[in-house]
Amino acid sequence: MIELYILLIFMIIGAIIAIQVKDLLSSVVAVGAVGLGLSIVFLILKAPDVAITQLVVEILALIILIRATLKKDLPFSPTGRWFLNTLIAIVFVGTFLTVACKAITDLPQFGYPAMRVAKIYLEKGLPMTGATNLVSSVILDFRAYDTLGEATVLFTAVIGVLTLVRKVGRKKEGKTIKEEDE
Amino acid sequence: MSHEHGKGMSIIVKTITRFTVGLIFLYGIYIVLHGHVSPGGGFAGGVIIALSFVHLMLAYGKEAALKKLSKRATSILESTGAMLFLLIALLGFTGGYFFLNFINKGEPFKLFSAGIIPLCNIAIALKVGAGLFAIFVALVLLDLDSEKKE
Amino acid sequence: MIIYFLCLVLFAIGLYCVLRKRNIIKIIVGIIISEYAANLFFILTAYRIGGRAPIFQEGVDITNMVDPLPHALVLTAIVIGLATTALLVAIAMRIYEKYGTFDITKIRELNG
Repeated sequence: MIELYILLIFMIIGAIIAIQVKDLLSSVVAVGAVGLGLSIVFLILKAPDVAITQLVVEILALIILIRATLKKDLPFSPTGRWFLNTLIAIVFVGTFLTVACKAITDLPQFGYPAMRVAKIYLEKGLPMTGATNLVSSVILDFRAYDTLGEATVLFTAVIGVLTLVRKVGRKKEGKTIKEEDE
Repeated sequence: MSHEHGKGMSIIVKTITRFTVGLIFLYGIYIVLHGHVSPGGGFAGGVIIALSFVHLMLAYGKEAALKKLSKRATSILESTGAMLFLLIALLGFTGGYFFLNFINKGEPFKLFSAGIIPLCNIAIALKVGAGLFAIFVALVLLDLDSEKKE
Repeated sequence: MIIYFLCLVLFAIGLYCVLRKRNIIKIIVGIIISEYAANLFFILTAYRIGGRAPIFQEGVDITNMVDPLPHALVLTAIVIGLATTALLVAIAMRIYEKYGTFDITKIRELNG
């Protein structure tokens, strides 16, 4: 399990670099490193489906973020109340960490999960659905309502993006903007 | 630079893209169709299919990619995926309840098995792939628009 | 238990970034890091020592598998995370187009 600790420490260092570096493009690339490390962690933790999805989603998220930050670098200007803001943020994060550390002692020991629901899936998954990939049978047969809700959220997000970036109805005088049919 | 180099990236990137983009697309289809026997499934396969079109757009410019899959086609495909998923769910009422696995389960470890799960995978892959490509196209077009205005 | 603590530290870094930074892209980066930490926490709770991936194999009798339920939950959460990230980026680019900056304090001044 030592490689798990090494990868997690790598991810933490990458996250610190991502939030502290001043160049926006470097920050986005550091987030990409964190995501790819997370993909390897999923593979070590025996979750190949999640690892594949995380890998490809990370690449697409990186492309979208780079597209947003390209040629838009701004100088970092810390003005006013620097000390007060940092103090408030650190107090908040410290409170969160203290409470969360008390909370994780109630969890089952790492490596020994409480599998009350999953026991039924493991025993009856193959005869009931016929799918040999248990994750696939859980998301599309036992818990398909969850996937339906996910599809609804994705549809709403796509409609939101298409509404935010549309060009119809944003004409300015003196300019002729080519309108594309949406 | 000749006019062939005008849009998109350099000739090296274009040549490599011509070889790889079909392979990426086929790999996405493989991941979707084998989602119930091996790791993968509709979500990962859909994102890979979207990435193949994004790859085409990054290398060849937006006209070449939009000629293959226009903006209207992405909208139609995404709606088709959502409707197909809901239709499969509603067809379960023929046997009793919502999301009933009403098709014969078949033999495990074969491609044609597991009832509705491969069909649902295809529907989800259509939805995710078309939706994410639509998001990407919208963001790229917005970016070009705002840069032109400055 | 230490591995849960490292996961919480990753979440706390993202939380600090959301609270402290003033650049909108940095805030989106913080949200993404927090999301990664939450997904990692779910997968960590599912792991079993010496377990196998939840996929049956032909002719092999599998006795100890990891928990497949958190995998299914996280699989949908990752794709939703990508869609919401794209929505945030679209809003940020609209703000940049209107105000010409990503700094949220400047935006407030211009609005007032």
